Amino acid sequence: MTAPRVALMVTCLGDVFFPEVGVSIVRLLRRLGATVEFPPGQTCCGLPLFNSGYHTEARAVAARTVALFRDADNVVVPSGSCAWMVKHEYPGLMQDPALKKDALRLAGRTYELSQFLVKVLGRRGFRATVGGRVTYHDSCHLLRGLHEAESPREILRNLEGVEFVELPGADECCGFGGSFAVRLPEVSSQILAKKLENVEATGAACLVACDAGCLMQMGGGLRRRRSRVRAVHLAELLDGGGA
Amino acid sequence: MSQADLSVPFRQRAGSAMKDAFLQEALTIATTKFIGLRREAFGDFPEGEKLRDVAREIKEATLQHLDRYLEQLIDNVERLGGKVHFASTAAEARGVILEIGRRAGARMAVKSKSMATEEIHLNEALEQAGITPVETDLGEYIIQLAHERPSHIIAPAIHKTKGQVADLFAKELRRTVAADPEVLTKIARGELREKFLQADLGITGANFAIADTGTIVLVTNEGNGRMVTSLPRVHVAVMGVEKVVPSMTDLMVFLAILAKSATGQKLSVYTTFVQGPRRAGELEGPEELHLVLLDNGRINQLAGPLREALYCLRCGACLNVCPVYRQIGGHAYGHTYPGPIGILLTAMLSGPASVKELAHASSLCGACAEACPVRIDIPRMLIELRREVDETKIAPRTERAVFKAFGRLLTRPVLYRLAARIARLLQRPFVRDGAIRSLPLFFGDWTRTRDLPAVAPRTFHERWKELAREAPP
Ligand code: SF4
Repeated sequence: MTAPRVALMVTCLGDVFFPEVGVSIVRLLRRLGATVEFPPGQTCCGLPLFNSGYHTEARAVAARTVALFRDADNVVVPSGSCAWMVKHEYPGLMQDPALKKDALRLAGRTYELSQFLVKVLGRRGFRATVGGRVTYHDSCHLLRGLHEAESPREILRNLEGVEFVELPGADECCGFGGSFAVRLPEVSSQILAKKLENVEATGAACLVACDAGCLMQMGGGLRRRRSRVRAVHLAELLDGGGA
Repeated sequence: MSQADLSVPFRQRAGSAMKDAFLQEALTIATTKFIGLRREAFGDFPEGEKLRDVAREIKEATLQHLDRYLEQLIDNVERLGGKVHFASTAAEARGVILEIGRRAGARMAVKSKSMATEEIHLNEALEQAGITPVETDLGEYIIQLAHERPSHIIAPAIHKTKGQVADLFAKELRRTVAADPEVLTKIARGELREKFLQADLGITGANFAIADTGTIVLVTNEGNGRMVTSLPRVHVAVMGVEKVVPSMTDLMVFLAILAKSATGQKLSVYTTFVQGPRRAGELEGPEELHLVLLDNGRINQLAGPLREALYCLRCGACLNVCPVYRQIGGHAYGHTYPGPIGILLTAMLSGPASVKELAHASSLCGACAEACPVRIDIPRMLIELRREVDETKIAPRTERAVFKAFGRLLTRPVLYRLAARIARLLQRPFVRDGAIRSLPLFFGDWTRTRDLPAVAPRTFHERWKELAREAPP
């Protein structure tokens, strides 16, 4: 097999707040034999604009992104919600027929990280960067948008050096929801509080998720409570990354 | 808390609901129970998933020929001796019902649970016309005693704990009672028994009406629906036009998934079929039967962005799983229909401006669409409403300016990278240990309960050059 070519869509949150996740992904993919590219000039997938109803603006952002990734063989995204945006919303947003065609092609080649690892590369066996107990939160867009519950779990279950335990209510929203988190901060925070109680009850040292938004929310909540649980992105747990 | 005051911003209404300890207790217990029961019911029913698809297809096919099915329904109900009325608005519907009551010389009306009658604010109108409405569903009976409105589509008193209900009974009925659901039910039954015999009017909603047989179908658990439709002299059923189903075969599909979605039951305890008024020689049933078909904004949406919301069976599953509903309950929404579907229905009945805040009362987590027996894509329509609120400039001006500026930033990569650097400078006084604990202005809405990650010392963009060099040759 020739080395797969991967273009990384690091996303805005990944770029600005969690660059180490992107770094881990690049190193990991290279170790697995892929060539990794980073199309310069990328910003954000436009989901925050789209979800708040600003579709004209979202369309402009999406059109740029479609053009930037036009030549990519595979696009890997660290966040389920951004992958969902590209796969489910881009084609419908494009009005120009040529761009729509490109958007459809892009949709078919875009993967959230865990999906790419398991379903495209067929890799499930990794060694962990840390030890101890880990648990997993299903981010809403990955689970209900991309119908992906298994890939991350397969990786975690087989992950050498850690014990994976299920999180009660793993499929329930963490309360992030983009601008929802600041439009209705009290509601968002109460949803989060219930989520974190479940997390702490598992006795896990790490809470894993595959979405920067959820990690920002849950990680921010855990730090505020001075919890001993750390919120981490799946990529940071997989050895070969090592940010 | 009763119906919320709409002059208070939604955020504040939600905040008060979260401070109500009784409400919080009642909500957590009830929604958790419903979620578990629903999951079990479908777990034991592998055909369920396929049936949900079929149900969805039937709904869509019915809406495509709604006029034809309604005509057929009207013909058949009238052939059986019933009378059908069409009401374009809530006011028209009230007018029709009051007129029926007046002609019957009614002083009292017994009612079985119906959201359609809540939607048209029927009880107030009846009272004003000198007809005492008596709710006979236990939950509705409770909230009527408390002078409140339903806070859930199928469990109207879900916001009350059993202790609160016992206190309410003690106060309103002047009897001390134990906080035991069985005892409470018995008391309510006793109170209601005579009313059934006194009432001249029986008012119900309708879960379905079958076009090709003219049958009105009620799905209940307490058997009161059956008494309301058979004991009083006149029966009036109020039904949204979208609830017509073509045939009995179609009905079976819905019955197979409705109760499972609502309460986790295989079937509800009673499924009542009303087939015209009492005929000569029959012992039971009303002398007159009226079916009020309610439009009230529905027909407009056949060609509108909320069309799919017309599939709704009113099972309540989307409320139970909604993380927002589960924190704030139904009253904080401030309208007849709460929860995720309620936002869409409110927009349908009262226009998009009425949900300018509520359109954002969702994290778009998708739990509603997943639980919905007919897979209504509620999040997509919420986004659509947000778009409408933006494009018709109903959204606050500052908000629109912020989002538009953000949009411009995201299409200009140089500016975008510059903005990250500026943010990194500005955040300096606030960063401890890679995170921010407190920020001024509306940023505080995040940091009050959560740390915010600081803009990284070097963004991914800034690290890429070096990372590119690491590549094996
Ligand atoms: S939208 Fe779906 S889940 Fe919600 S009440 Fe209607 S049928 Fe039930």
